[in-house]
Amino acid sequence: MTVLTQILKNMLEHAPIIKSTKEFTATRNACKLCAPLGASIAFKGIRGCVPIIHGGQGCATYIRRYLISHYKEPVDIASSNFSEEATIFGGGANCYTALDNVISQYKLEVVAMATTCLSETIGDDVNFYMQNYRKDTELKNLPHFVTASTPSYQGSHMDGFHEAVASTIKTFAQAGEKGRHINLFPGFVSTEDIRQLKQLLSDFELDYVLFPDYSETLDNPIWGTYKRIPEGGTPISQIETCGSAGASIEFGTILNQGSLSGRVKSKNLSPTGAAFLEKEFGVENHRMPLPIGVKLTDVFFNTLEKVSGKEIPAKYKGERGRLIDSYADGHKYIFGKKAVVYGEEDFVVAMTTFLDEIGIDVVLAATGGESGKLEEEIRKYCPERWENIQAKNSFDYEKIHDWCLSNKPDLFIGNSKAYYIARELEVPIIRCGFPIHDRLGGQRIKHVGYTGTQELFDKIVNALIEFKQDHSPVGYKYM
Amino acid sequence: MVNKKDYTNGLPDPSSLKDEILKKYPRKIAKKREKSMVINDPDQDQEILANVRTIPGIITQRGCTYAGCKGVVLGPTRDIINLVHGPIGCSFYAWLTRRNQTRVPEGGDNFITYCFSTDMQDENIVFGGEAKLKEAIREAYEMFKPKSIGIFSTCPVGLIGDDVHSVSREMKAELGINIFGFSCEGYRGVSQSAGHHIANNGVFKHVIGNTDRERTGKFQVNLLGEYNIGGDAFEIEALFEEAGITLLSTFSGNSTIESMEYAHTADLNMVMCHRSINYIAEMMEEKYGIPWVKVNFIGADSTAKSLKKIADYFGDPELTAKVDEICGREMAKVKVIADVVKPSVEGKLAMMFVGGSRAHHYQDLFAELNIRVVSAGYEFAHRDDYEGRKVISSIKIDADTRNIEDLVVSKDEAHFREDLVEKKETLKKSGYNFSDYAGMMPEMKKNALVIDDINHWETEKLIEFYKPDVFCAGIKEKYVVQKLGIPLKQLHSYDYGGPYAAFGGAINFYKEMQRMLATNIWKLVDTPWKHEPEIVGSMTIEA
Repeated sequence: MTVLTQILKNMLEHAPIIKSTKEFTATRNACKLCAPLGASIAFKGIRGCVPIIHGGQGCATYIRRYLISHYKEPVDIASSNFSEEATIFGGGANCYTALDNVISQYKLEVVAMATTCLSETIGDDVNFYMQNYRKDTELKNLPHFVTASTPSYQGSHMDGFHEAVASTIKTFAQAGEKGRHINLFPGFVSTEDIRQLKQLLSDFELDYVLFPDYSETLDNPIWGTYKRIPEGGTPISQIETCGSAGASIEFGTILNQGSLSGRVKSKNLSPTGAAFLEKEFGVENHRMPLPIGVKLTDVFFNTLEKVSGKEIPAKYKGERGRLIDSYADGHKYIFGKKAVVYGEEDFVVAMTTFLDEIGIDVVLAATGGESGKLEEEIRKYCPERWENIQAKNSFDYEKIHDWCLSNKPDLFIGNSKAYYIARELEVPIIRCGFPIHDRLGGQRIKHVGYTGTQELFDKIVNALIEFKQDHSPVGYKYM
Repeated sequence: MVNKKDYTNGLPDPSSLKDEILKKYPRKIAKKREKSMVINDPDQDQEILANVRTIPGIITQRGCTYAGCKGVVLGPTRDIINLVHGPIGCSFYAWLTRRNQTRVPEGGDNFITYCFSTDMQDENIVFGGEAKLKEAIREAYEMFKPKSIGIFSTCPVGLIGDDVHSVSREMKAELGINIFGFSCEGYRGVSQSAGHHIANNGVFKHVIGNTDRERTGKFQVNLLGEYNIGGDAFEIEALFEEAGITLLSTFSGNSTIESMEYAHTADLNMVMCHRSINYIAEMMEEKYGIPWVKVNFIGADSTAKSLKKIADYFGDPELTAKVDEICGREMAKVKVIADVVKPSVEGKLAMMFVGGSRAHHYQDLFAELNIRVVSAGYEFAHRDDYEGRKVISSIKIDADTRNIEDLVVSKDEAHFREDLVEKKETLKKSGYNFSDYAGMMPEMKKNALVIDDINHWETEKLIEFYKPDVFCAGIKEKYVVQKLGIPLKQLHSYDYGGPYAAFGGAINFYKEMQRMLATNIWKLVDTPWKHEPEIVGSMTIEA
C-alpha cells in the first residue's frame, strides 16, 4: 500500500458520514410564505396607508386571513380583483377603479400597491398605471403612491417585505443637511419588539425614524369608535428625512438576498432601504443581526453608544446583568439540549446565535429562504460550534420532519407551523417568530434586546423543566 | 335610532338604513348594490342580484376560484395527494386552514396534513413549469404511493400555458394511478363558487363511477356538501350508523376518493351545502338515476326533520321506528340544555354573512334559542340559494359563468337505476319533495335585510343600525366587528370549537351562545367617560 492510498484510506475512514438527502422537487409543507404578504406587512408600517394587491381577489383574501389569524386585528388590504378579461387586456382598468375606491373610502395618506404572480406574469406595469392615474384622475388631494414588485416566484415573504421597505425609502427619502437623527430598520419583528426598540431609542435620547412601524397598526387597543385606518405607523414626513440621517441601523444580514435565486431576467439585487441610503445619500449603514441574546444585543448597544455619543443607560445595564444572572441560574437545565430552529433566515441566524450562547446545541437551523447564505452567516456568529450545526436553506417542514426522525431533538424553537412535528416526537415547542396561529398573543411575543432575550430564556428553561416534570415518575414540585 | 326591544312585534323596516348606505355610492354602484340588498318579504317573489363581480378596491369577504376548488371541495379528502401547481403562497394558505377533520382507519392514508406545491420559481414562469410538475408527481408517487393525485392550477399556470390536463393524462399512463387536473386559476370566476363548480366537474368526470361495489347495506346514501369542520361529520355519521343507514361517501368531509369512486351505487343523495355541490347531485341523477333531496343537519329540529325525510324515502317500518327512537331520545337531551340556555339569550339579535349555505342553515339554530336574525347574506352564493331553485332557469348566464365548462351528461345504461326513478315518481305523487331547495329568503322574517357580498362599509352601517348581540362571519371580519364592541362567532372555522352539527352539535352551539352572549367583557369596552359609540367617517365609491 502506498503512502498516498494509506492517506486516502485514513481520510475516508475518518470523514464525517454525509447522509445523502434527496433533492425534492415538490415543496412539502413550506417554511416560507409569499412575497406580497411580506410587502403588505411592511406597508402596514406606513402611517395612514392602505395596501392594495394588484391581482386576483384571492391573494388579498388569503393574505388578510393569514395576517389576521396572527395579529388578531382588522387588516384592510384592498384588491384590484382581476377577472379573466383583465388577464387578457391588462389590469389597468381594474387598477384605476381600485385606486378610486380606496382613495375615496379611506381618508388615507398613502396608497401602496404590491404586485402578484398574476399581474407580473402578464407584465402589468403598476408604476406606469400610477403615473397615468395621477395625471387623469379628477380626485383632489391625492395621497402619496408607492409600489413594490412582489411576484411570489421571486423570493419569499421576506423578500417581499424588504422590497416594500426599499421601495418606500427610494420613493420618499430626500437629501438634506445632515441631521442628528438616525434610521432604524428593524426588519420583520413583532409588534412588541418594535415598541421595545422605540423605548430603547428614546432612552438613548435619540431622534429616530423607525421603519416600518406596525406596532400600533397591527396591534390596536380596543376602540370606542371604529377607525377605518388605525393609528400609528411611520409618517411619510419622517421617511423623507431618512436621507439626511446621521446613520442607519439595519437588522439582518441576509435580508433580501433570497430573491435572487432562480431569477432569469435580471440577476441584479436591488439594495435594501439602508443600503440605498448609504449609496445615494452617504448615510452610514450599520448592518447587524437581530439583537437576540447577550452577544448580539451588545453589538446593537455598542452601535447605539457610538451613534448617540451616549453611554448605555443604567436601566439596560441592569437588564443585561439580570439576564446573565438568570443564565447562571438556568443553564444547567438546558445545557447540551438539542434544538431545531426554523423560520426566516435572519431570525434563524439570530436565534441560533442566542441558543449557542446559552449552551443549547442547535442541531438543525432550517429556513425556507433561498439565499444560500445561512451556513455562512451562522459560521460568522457561532465560530466555535458552527460545524455541528446543520444549516439548511430551502428547507420545508417535511424535510425538517424527515431529518428529525433520525436525529431526535429535545425541543423546537420557531413559529407554530412545526407543532405537528413536535407533537409527533413528543418534545416541547417554544413558539416565537411568525406565524403563530394556535396561541393568543403571538403578535406581541418579545424577542429583541436584553428583556426580549430574558423572556425567551425563561420560556425555554421552563418548557424543558415542565417537560421533565411531566415525565417524571415522582412529579417533583421543587427545582 | 331603532330600539331593539321593539322587535317583539316584528322587525323594523330598514328602508332608511338601506337609503343611507346607498346614498354614499355613486349612481352606477348604488344601482348595482341596491339590487343586492333586499328588504325581505316572504310572501312575495323578490329578486336579488348575486354572483356578480366584486367592485375593485372594496374590501370583500370573497376568495378565489382556487380556494373553492382545492381548499373547499377537495381539501378534506384524505387519500388523495392535492398537488398545487404554482408559486408557494397559494399552497401554504390552503394548508389545513379550514379545520377539516378526518378519521383515518388503521393503516389508511391521510395526506390532508400536507401541503404539496411545485413552488414555481422565475425560471418555471419563463420556460414553463410542466417538467417540474411531472417530476413533482413522480416524486409524490414514489414517496407515498397514493391511489390518486389531483393537480390544482394557480393564476400563473393558465397564463403561461402549462397544460395540467395533458400532464395528468401522461402521468396517469406512466404511473398507473388516477391523476387528474383542475383549471382552477384564481381569476377564473366571481368567487370561490366557480372553483366549487370546477371541482364538481373534475370529481364527476374522473372519480365517480370508477369502481362498482357490492351492496353493503339495505339503505345506501351519499352526503353531499358536508365538509367536517370541527368534527361535524362525526356527529352526523354516528346518527346514520345507529339508524342502520349506510353512508357510502361524503363529498367531502371525512371522505376518501376510494369511497367517491363507488358513490354511484347509492340509493339517495342528500345535499347539505346546495351551493358548492348541487352540480354533482344533478349530474348523478342524470347519469345514474339517483334522486337527491336537500337536508340540513345544523339545528336539532332540522336534524330530526332530515333524518325523518330519509326514513320516509326508504319507507321501511323498522328504519322509521329506529329514526323516531333516536330523534325522541336526542331531542330530550337537547331540550334540557335549551331550557337552561334560553332565558339568558332569548330575544337577542343576530346577523350572519357567511358562505353559500351557512348563513341559512345557522338560522335554524338561532331560531331554536329564540334569537332573532335581523339580517343575513351569503359571501359567494347565487340567486337560487336566496330565492330557491325555481329561479334557476331565469338566471342570466354571464361571461364568468360561461367560463366554466358545463358537462354534457348522458345516461349510464349499465348502472342506471330505473327502480329509483320509479320510486321517485311514486313518492312525488304523495307530496315528497325532491331536487328542491327553497332558498334562504322565503324562510326569513318580514323586513329582515338580505345582503349579498357585504362589504366593510355596509357592515359598519348595519351594526350601527341594529346593534346586534352577535355577528356571524369569518376570521377576516372577526376583529373589525369586535373592535366595534360586538362579539363575532366564526362560522367558517367555529373559533376553534365545534362540532355544531346534529343533536350533539346543537348542544355545543347553545352553550357557546350562552358563553358569548352572557359574558361581561363587552361591558368593559366603553370607557366610563364615554357612552354610545358612534361611527365616524364618510365614503364614496366609484364604479
